[in-house]
This record gives sequence, structure tokens and C-alpha cells, in this order.
Amino acid sequence: MTAALQRTALYDWHLAQGARMSPFAGWEMPLHYGSQLQEHQAVRQNAGIFDVSHMRPLDISGPDARALLRRALANDVARLDREPGRALYTCMLQEDGGILDDLIVYFLAPERYRVVLNAAGAGADTAYLRQLAAGKAVSFQPRDDWGILACQGPRAVELVAGVLGLAELAALRSFRSLSAGTDLFIARTGYTGEDGVEILTSNAALPALADALVAAGLRPAGLAARDSLRLEAGLNLYGQDMGPEDSPDRSHLGWTVDLRDPERQFIGRAAVEAERRVGPRQRLWGLLLPRDAIPRAGYRVVDTAGQPVGRVQSGSFAPSLGQGIALARLDAAIGSDSSVFLQIRQRQVPARVVEPPFWRHGRAVYPTQEGVPQ
Amino acid sequence: MTQIPASLRYSSTHEWVAPRDAGRYRVGITDHAQELLGDVVYVEMPQLGQEVRAEGACGVVESVKAASDLYTPLSGKIVAVNEALNDNPQWLNEAPYDKGWIFEIEAEESEYAKLLDAAAYEKSIAG
Repeated sequence: MTAALQRTALYDWHLAQGARMSPFAGWEMPLHYGSQLQEHQAVRQNAGIFDVSHMRPLDISGPDARALLRRALANDVARLDREPGRALYTCMLQEDGGILDDLIVYFLAPERYRVVLNAAGAGADTAYLRQLAAGKAVSFQPRDDWGILACQGPRAVELVAGVLGLAELAALRSFRSLSAGTDLFIARTGYTGEDGVEILTSNAALPALADALVAAGLRPAGLAARDSLRLEAGLNLYGQDMGPEDSPDRSHLGWTVDLRDPERQFIGRAAVEAERRVGPRQRLWGLLLPRDAIPRAGYRVVDTAGQPVGRVQSGSFAPSLGQGIALARLDAAIGSDSSVFLQIRQRQVPARVVEPPFWRHGRAVYPTQEGVPQ
Repeated sequence: MTQIPASLRYSSTHEWVAPRDAGRYRVGITDHAQELLGDVVYVEMPQLGQEVRAEGACGVVESVKAASDLYTPLSGKIVAVNEALNDNPQWLNEAPYDKGWIFEIEAEESEYAKLLDAAAYEKSIAG
């Protein structure tokens, strides 16, 4: 098994930093470097770096690239036209509206785009897009020569700007990117609910860059901290919170579907519109729980009569909040005023239904005293 | 390096056992177990006075990411639980053989004698 796992250019670097490695989506990745909690807090309070080179950049260019992406993606890359460097988050849907994958697309220049794909789906997504582009003037370049370092936290941008000697990073706005030479691409994006950047650069340059960032004060952080950070930030994980069976409206992602241009027949549009006519049968909600009731994926949620109303997709102890939190897919009848209970082993624990995120702009969205059900 | 004190006995499910007064044993999880679990955030302990059977689940250790059953290596009655863990669950990570003890049980010496010694436990986790 282990022999088949892929390794990023930072594999040896992780071992030297004391990482505990773990398989993830076909890759051998750092789970933590000693303490998930300390890495989580470092990102919330200062800055951390994550090797996310398992996520795969794919450059898509040519005269038909824009039309291809307007057909393949549920969000509309026409929103990016105003200015190269802009980025957006989007789902890629099946005809039936189920989510094939989620990704960020960057507008590099007219006729040139870059997407960053999830590790598990990168191969299939690339093949699918190539097939959609058959006969069109589009070319694809998977950037297997590159890796990705996510630098996240309130001090991340300032520290990265110092290391790279790029003062202009401070002025780079959220969901904007810039290219600095042929082998360095920086985007003000992330997956932690904190400010920060993601740096795409050549595999050969990664270890020295990681060393310099650590020397500047960024703390290495693993996938475990990345997961607790993203869950607090209410950010879905593909394959965990949504998949091919789930539409955007059932996944708290309706806002990413752009229906404004009636002429744009993107894949899955008819299914999204049909679901909107009747309303989704389920929605993805946040759950807040007391400290001693930590939700885990698959736990059942029941109503006051004990009837099942849904299940937990992602659940964890939230280090920044000191309590249990979850994303749970619940029947449409359930809302933020509903009384629901989490079934934890033999206990039924009252859960508060809230709109994600749980953490935003450096603080708890639902302060603890009102967040914990009594 | 994982610590495996020679003075303790062990179960294959990664609990340690230390004799206290006559017929009374203190139980916790091993350094190896806490490394596998990661940061512990909550411990669901057995009830005082509860009768438990060796190798049965008698509690749960929750780390940030996962819930793991806690097994009792010995049969008998629970006579003490480490209440301080309610406020300091991180002691399981910081001092698993000391402040991080979980419960005490009254049990038969003959059962204790059958547990793994440090060398045997070390071998079991090396494999």
C-alpha cells in the first residue's frame, strides 16, 4: 500500500521537521508535527505553513478556454473578465446537479486560466475537461513540476512578503493573484478562515522556500490542523461534506452557482433550476455542541421525537471555540430555530443549529455562552 | 522515543497498569497510544462503583479528530476516577503515566500477573 502513495517535493523536509505522515487521497502527507492543537493556534494567532502539493494545478488556455469553463463550471468565469489575477471558487457539476468536484479558478490573462484541483479528483477531472474540450481550441498543461505552500494566519502575508521580497503582496486583495516570474505564482486564497496566501512554485524551489518561511516565523502545520481550521471556517471538504449525490443547494453552496446569464448553459444548470423550483429536500447546517459532546462523521441527528433528521458529515472538537462543531446534512424542515439532538453513543445531546461559518475575521461567530445549548 | 516504563504492566489495547495498595490497580493509556490519538480533548471515564470485565470498553478518549474506546485490562470494580482530567484532558498527552492516569480498579492479582511486561508490550507495538 505505502509504496503506491505519491510524495510531494517536501517529503524529506516533513520528516526532518518531525512530521507524523499519513496517507491522504493517494499521497503521503504530514498529519501533524507533534501537536495539531498548537499548529491550529499558531495559524489563528500568528502564521503557519501547509504543504498542499497534493492539490494539482492545471493550466487551461486557448481561444475556447473561457467558453469551456463557462460550460464546465457552475460559477461564471465571466466574473473574472474585468481584471487578470482574479479568482473564484466554484463547483463542477454533473448533468443531474451532483457535485463532481470543487475548485478555485484563476484568470491569468485573456485565453489563459489556471485551476487547482483536489488530490483525489485531479486525474478524473483533467480527463473529463479534456473530453469536454474535444474538437475545441483548448490546451491543457498539468503543472506536475509545481507544488503548493499555503501560508495562513494574521501575520502570514507580512512574513511571506518579507521572505519573497515582494512588498506588493500587502496590497493584493482577497481572491486575487499575481505571477512573479515564470515559476512563482501567489494567490490571496486559503482554507483556514484566516488571511494568507497560497504559493505555487517549482518542486525544486520548495524545500529552500519552506526553510526560509519557517526561519521567518511560520510554523509547519499538518492536514489535521488544516481540517479543524477549515471546519471552524465553515468550509466544505469534498468527499466528506459533499459528493456526486449532493447538489450545491444541499451543500450550503448555492451562492457559488451563477444563473444570471440565461444564455449560459453550464452542465447541471437544468437540475439546479429544477431543484430550486421545489426547494432542496435537505440542507447543510452547522451544529454547535458542548465540550463533552464531540460530533463525528456519520453520527445521527434526531428531532425531539427521536426521529432521524440527518447525519453529521464533518465533526470535530473546535480548538478555537473549545466545543464540538459539525457540518450536518439535515431535512429541509429543520432550521436555525429547530430543536435537534446529536446521538452520541448512548447519549442524546441537544445541538444548536446555526448557519456556518463558526469562526470569521479572528473571532467566534456564535459566542460560547450562547453557542452551547443548555 | 515512545516511553514504556519497566515498572508497569500493559495490555495489547495500549493501557498501562500499576499496582497501588493491595488488590488495587491504577490504569491509563500508554505513551504510544497518546501519540496515535493526537491531542486529547475529552475523556469519558467509567462510573465510580461500576463493575467491569477485562477487555471490555469502559470509556472513551476523544482527541480532536477521533473517538477511541477505552478498555479495562482487568475485571473488577472501579474505585477511583481521575476527575482532574475533566479540566485537563491534555494530561493524557503530557504525562500519560503520571497526571494522566484515568481510573483505579479493585481486581485479582492473578489477572494482573497475566498482563504484558514492558519488553513484551514494546515487541507488540514494534510489529
